[in-house]
Amino acid sequence: MSKILKVQHLSKTYRSGEHDLNVLNNVSFEVGSGESFAIVGPSGSGKTTLLGLCAGLDTTDEGEIWLCGQNLFELDEDGRARLRNQNVGFVFQDFQLLPTLTALENVIVPLELRGVKKAADQGKELLAKVGLQDREGHYPSQLSGGEQQRVALARAFANKPSILFADEPTGNLDDDTGTKIEDLLFELNKEQGTALVIVTHDLELAQKTNKSIRLRSGKIEETVG
Amino acid sequence: MGKNNTGFSWLLKMAWRDGKASYGKLLLFVFSITLGVAAVVSVHSFSDLLKENIASQSKALLGADYLIESDKPVNDKVIGIMDSLGGADAKEINFLSMAAFPGNNGTKLMEVRGVEGGFPFYGDLETTPVSAADDYRNGGALVDATTMLQLNLKVGDSIKLGAVTLPITGDLETVPGSTSVFGAIAPPVLIPFTYIEATGLVQTGSRIEYKYYFKAYENEDMVLLDKKVAPVLDAEEADLDTHLTEARRLGRRYENFGKFLNLVGFIALLLGCVGIASGMGIYVQMKLKSIAVLKCLGASKRQSYLIFFLQIACMGIVGGLLGTVIGYLLQQLFPILLGDLLPVDVDITLSLQSVLLGLSLGLAMSILFALYPLMKTLYVSPLQALRVVQETKPRSKRATTAVGLGIVLFVFSFSFWLLGDFMRSLFFVVGLLVVFLILTAVARFFMAMLKRFFPYSWSFIARQSLKNLFRPQNQTLVLVLSIGIGTFLISTLYFTKDMLLEKAAIEDSANSANMILMDIQNPQMDDVSNTIKASGYPVIDKIPIVTMRVETLKNRHVEDIRKDTTSQVGRWILNHEFRVTYRESLIGSERILEGDWISSVDANSDVPISVSSDFANMAKVTIGDPVSFNVQGRIMNTVVQSIREVDWSRLQPNFSIVFPSGVLENAPQFGVMTTRTTDDQGSAQLQQQLVRQFPNVSILDLKRILSLLEDILGKIGWVINFMAFFSIFVGIAVLMGAIYSSKHQRVKQGALLRTLGAQGYQILKMIAIEYAILGFLGAFMGVLLAVLGSSLLAYMLFETTFTPSWVPFLIILPAITLLVFALGVGNSIGIVKNSPLSVLKKEKE
Repeated sequence: MSKILKVQHLSKTYRSGEHDLNVLNNVSFEVGSGESFAIVGPSGSGKTTLLGLCAGLDTTDEGEIWLCGQNLFELDEDGRARLRNQNVGFVFQDFQLLPTLTALENVIVPLELRGVKKAADQGKELLAKVGLQDREGHYPSQLSGGEQQRVALARAFANKPSILFADEPTGNLDDDTGTKIEDLLFELNKEQGTALVIVTHDLELAQKTNKSIRLRSGKIEETVG
Repeated sequence: MGKNNTGFSWLLKMAWRDGKASYGKLLLFVFSITLGVAAVVSVHSFSDLLKENIASQSKALLGADYLIESDKPVNDKVIGIMDSLGGADAKEINFLSMAAFPGNNGTKLMEVRGVEGGFPFYGDLETTPVSAADDYRNGGALVDATTMLQLNLKVGDSIKLGAVTLPITGDLETVPGSTSVFGAIAPPVLIPFTYIEATGLVQTGSRIEYKYYFKAYENEDMVLLDKKVAPVLDAEEADLDTHLTEARRLGRRYENFGKFLNLVGFIALLLGCVGIASGMGIYVQMKLKSIAVLKCLGASKRQSYLIFFLQIACMGIVGGLLGTVIGYLLQQLFPILLGDLLPVDVDITLSLQSVLLGLSLGLAMSILFALYPLMKTLYVSPLQALRVVQETKPRSKRATTAVGLGIVLFVFSFSFWLLGDFMRSLFFVVGLLVVFLILTAVARFFMAMLKRFFPYSWSFIARQSLKNLFRPQNQTLVLVLSIGIGTFLISTLYFTKDMLLEKAAIEDSANSANMILMDIQNPQMDDVSNTIKASGYPVIDKIPIVTMRVETLKNRHVEDIRKDTTSQVGRWILNHEFRVTYRESLIGSERILEGDWISSVDANSDVPISVSSDFANMAKVTIGDPVSFNVQGRIMNTVVQSIREVDWSRLQPNFSIVFPSGVLENAPQFGVMTTRTTDDQGSAQLQQQLVRQFPNVSILDLKRILSLLEDILGKIGWVINFMAFFSIFVGIAVLMGAIYSSKHQRVKQGALLRTLGAQGYQILKMIAIEYAILGFLGAFMGVLLAVLGSSLLAYMLFETTFTPSWVPFLIILPAITLLVFALGVGNSIGIVKNSPLSVLKKEKE
């Protein structure tokens, strides 16, 4: 299995006033194509920071990250944005739909960014896949939390990403809705062969993945699978 | 790594998608730009149209293609020149004189115009009846229609001008060469040229104009004619006026007023820009999360920046277009407001130039003033989509400086374009910059002081309100800046308008004269004085006048100076026949700037004279310089002993040149006398008596001129007030925009406090205190800075003293404070009316 994400000796330090705050310390792991991977750990353990670095949303001076064969830290911000657009999908805890765009418009943004013709047709198909074919003209404020997260999922899979990063994807949802979203996430993961990297507190969700790491104080405490 | 494949159309699509969902927030900004552009376009376009209309109607205004005029009978050389031009097609003698109407004992100061030939060749000589325009040539008079009405005259009545009595053949409605403004002081009466001599009114001291009207040959070049003939005529103390120079002269008369109105319009536009800048800051702040998400999805820095840039550009275009249309509609009101102050009828049209001006102005100003807040989008980290990022990259210093310089340069260039004066434009821009810096410093100082001396013992509500003023993401700086600049501009406008109107106003104190008697011949002086005293009125001044022309300046003959093309001496100095007086002391409208006042001398040596500063500037003379005068054939050598500042705006006889006593007493002279009448009836009786006894004496009734000037100033004041109102209107729109934008900062806090159990009135009280403080601080600083700015304007530009009116302190300051308070509280009522959850949910949208 080829490696879609390789993290080697990654460290991240924030400067807070006079003090240095070491958030990640010598973290290394790999994720294969189509594999599902969970990052778990208590609050403040560095999970979200690690996710942000892996997706190229932030940079650090120590360590290397190879995403889809590219060394992330050799690219500038726009280069990393292009890489994300072509290979990466995102699902956020608080959905992060663009509030001024309708459900359909939100879904097709990644496609339009790639210059895909008939993006709207594809967008409609994706919305149908997540069961929201009749809500395409609705704004996020007109949708429930679960519906918003389904739109976010459709958007995340719109450009058929090689890897999908999900930050607490069910954290803001009730159990029933959360379970439905999880099922949808794994279904799409299997269907499209997309690697899945999930940050979560939820151990049950972590157990559904092929591999997981547990972070504590910025270090890998345990690797499972 | 390839580029992502979106084009311009996607950026436009995204700008539209986001914009249509945010139109409520953008509408106020468009509104600000619209009103600002409307103000500029209306004034600028109207000034242009006025100039164009004057140019296109210049022949009708002059009544001929060109004319040659002189204030003395023309000599043989001028007659030779006129013959070489094909001979004059018509001629005219005109002067001011009292006219008596024997039928009803009425008298009036009139402009007597003795005309011969086919004048006017262009424009209309409109009379009632129409046939009177020709009939009067056979021995009648055409009397100004308003005078006919005022004095209850009718066709067939008589008019007595000096020794001649003529029948009135018709009402004179319009005639080229007589303006309605001047006509209100001395209305025109047209009589045949041949009767002028018989009137006996052409005497020593009479101000007489001799005019010769010409019709040009087909395709005759007026510019070339002016270039060739004017200098030759100049040497003979005559002038050439072509219809083109007449149009330029008239255009210039309206230029200063137009420039001031343009500035008012520009201020309205700048206020709109303050709205754009402050509103966009908040707007972009609200969009940061969306920008971070877009970057997560793969949008580049440039793309996410351009989406909002395009929104602003579209706002500018829409605002510019709407502003142009409203500006066009506004223009229709100007002729109504200005009435007969305009020399021509102005056809209001919408020109392509106006549309382009409005569009480019809307676009340039909205983009320039939004660039700085928009730069923030470049530095948004995509990480913000995952978590709150406190650390933000500082904006590029180079880019910030470039934007700042761009704004300053644009404001300067535009001011220069409007004012056409480098120093004034610089003064305007530097003034605005200083105001901006002072307001920023005051806002920061206020926050620092509040933090340092925070009243911890105060109640919870008061403490929360005060803390809102310096908390992170507070609105103190933005609101103090926008309220302060808005108030400053509005108050400065008010003070300036006050200064302009006050400067033009006339003193009407109990001791000053309200009637001036002119052209009194020397032997008549005692008799006129006795007549006035016999009517029970005092003779306030008896002013002797001797006419003379400059012969040499600093020992150079005026002929030599005329020929010297490098000479800086004004033509007026070389050609004018000066009316000079002599006396022993200064009068109220004068003060010595340089040198010493000499009250009397012996006539044996060079005479020490006093000249006005205007004369000294134009003649390029200073203390000690010799000047000789031709006093009706006799050369008199003088030396400049003092230079006086003269307040020409006072309605009283003022003089450029004053001799000491003991020199001119025996020269041929005439006089001016002033008196003060107490009632209209007494004034009318005295005038009738004087005209009967001394038909050559002209009487200026200052009371009438005063009411006329008040009428003119009232009309001008209307237009200024109208434009100032526009600025205030834009200011309110900006304020609403700023407060509306700052609202979302308060909403979350209010809803959270509600969740924690705060009562609605407590939250409203908190918000009310905060906005009241911000409103008062901004408005107070604005008025204070306006007082400083206006004092500088008074000192540097209007050269007058400045006493601030109480209106901005007692009306503008409380009104703006109250407005900020009301808008702030009104905008926040939703927080306490609705449930905290719905408020937070709505705010998230």
